[in-house]
Amino acid sequence: MRGAFAAIAVVLALAGAARAVEPDEMLKNPVQEARAEAIGRQLRCPVCKTESIEESDADFTKDLRKLVREQVAAGKTDAQVLDYMHSRYGDFILLKPPFKPSTWVLWLAPPVILVLGGIFAFFMTRRQPATAEPTPLTAAEKAEVEALK
Amino acid sequence: MHRLLFIVPVLVFVGIVIYFATPLLRGIDPSVIPSPLIDKPVPAFTLPPLPGYPKGVSSADLTGQVQIVNIFASWCIPCRAEAPALMTLKNMNIPIQGINQKDKPANALEYLKELGDPYVAIGMDIDRKVSIDWGAYGAPETFIVDAKGRIRFKQAAPITQDDIDNTIVPLINKLRAEK
Repeated sequence: MRGAFAAIAVVLALAGAARAVEPDEMLKNPVQEARAEAIGRQLRCPVCKTESIEESDADFTKDLRKLVREQVAAGKTDAQVLDYMHSRYGDFILLKPPFKPSTWVLWLAPPVILVLGGIFAFFMTRRQPATAEPTPLTAAEKAEVEALK
Repeated sequence: MHRLLFIVPVLVFVGIVIYFATPLLRGIDPSVIPSPLIDKPVPAFTLPPLPGYPKGVSSADLTGQVQIVNIFASWCIPCRAEAPALMTLKNMNIPIQGINQKDKPANALEYLKELGDPYVAIGMDIDRKVSIDWGAYGAPETFIVDAKGRIRFKQAAPITQDDIDNTIVPLINKLRAEK
């Protein structure tokens, strides 16, 4: 049983590191390759929407990865590469969208809901449990109880 | 007052339903990525022609008149679906510049022979760099560029007759009148 859990943990850990990058796409310089990967992980795949471009197998995304690597190799900074992608695809391409009026709900909803839920839970648990005295039995009920004895 | 608080979750729920149902009922496709390039000048580029064709396409060709730029490829199935619509636009004397995305020239030539050639010129974008510069994320994609060389419209889906009648032709007429 413990072995099964360990196996699942290993599989999940590997799944987290999934990469679609093929060896021939990688830059020779490992420092640059690491930077390109870090940039790619911040860019959302426009074809598959839920993956970063480093994880996506789509043919189109392969060319986006290639472009990121070319720009890194050409000496562009991380910010310059991200800016270029942002200028072409807008906020959509950034897995971490900027904080601005159109994304306020996106960024603020979780903490606001947490705080409101916390306040609600605080007052609910503080409220005294109902300890009203039970109403005494009526004469008819008493008679019924007596009859059962 | 205290009892009225119970209506709050219901109101919140109704709000959420309205928020999500509105785009759904208005037919807004969430898979379409809004382009930040609308109203911006076309990116600078030069693409070589297909073999046997006299000229390719460059950003310099995209000023002076209202034009359509269409990204297509022989491997792209929806492009085949919109091919007749492009011929319709051609017959309406609307110039269409073609960007042939990530294609083998021989396949592209075969595709044009089979489905007709609606383009005034075609540039080969073999490594997709120009497509990416246009913010494309697939094919077909269609742009309308005004006489000043600014991108005014983008559609990342095959063009239908309905699009021609209700979107493309009215917009082109409007942009032509802007001159």
